[in-house]
Amino acid sequence: MKNNVSLQTVTRLTVFIVLAFSIYLLLAGHHAPGGGFIGGLMAASAIVLLYLSFGMKKISKVFTISYPYLIAVGLLLAMGTGFIGVLVGDPFLTQYYDYFYIPFLGTVELTTALIFDIGVYFVVVGVALFSILTIAEDDA
Amino acid sequence: MFEAALIVALIIMSVSVFLCFIRVVIGPSVSDRVVALDLIGIHLIGIVGMLMILHESLYYVEVVLVLGILAFIGTIALSKFIEGGVVIDRDHR
Repeated sequence: MKNNVSLQTVTRLTVFIVLAFSIYLLLAGHHAPGGGFIGGLMAASAIVLLYLSFGMKKISKVFTISYPYLIAVGLLLAMGTGFIGVLVGDPFLTQYYDYFYIPFLGTVELTTALIFDIGVYFVVVGVALFSILTIAEDDA
Repeated sequence: MFEAALIVALIIMSVSVFLCFIRVVIGPSVSDRVVALDLIGIHLIGIVGMLMILHESLYYVEVVLVLGILAFIGTIALSKFIEGGVVIDRDHR
């Protein structure tokens, strides 16, 4: 393995910025550009950057989570949010929202669409990383 | 006047993107193509920035950030491919 110190040093700083940006995109996605899909893509690209600079062996010790399970959890979250409306008597995927007071943040609008977006986030991270790592593990 | 200058700059940058595209297609070596693709990404960031001024809107800031991050990671991946032929090191687990 070649000595790529500068790449690893830059990666250690950049990954946290990209992950924070992905969380921002996830939370901003209701009334502004963003959402679960692009936030998940940003988180996947941050983890891919870690894989690029540190190699498969080290990062596989850190992220021991299996990506198919992550896809399943995300799909269950998104589907379950849709079925809340069915249980009450409204159409599938009805959105409920209310305003809550959270310390340090003020009054925040919380919606069930946010839980749906978090499910989409997990699905996108899982699918992107699973496909990229499957291609990388393949012995050509 | 300012809008006219912006539109002229946008046209010039579009021509520049087209020249980069020609270099991507005919580039003799892989390195030429990599540098040209990276340059296209940077051009897109500039074009979106000028569109933001033209439309007097702040909604494209996320686009600029996402394009910057993706251009960075793409350049790193292609450079590693040129350097060693392996994008993600496996270390033979």
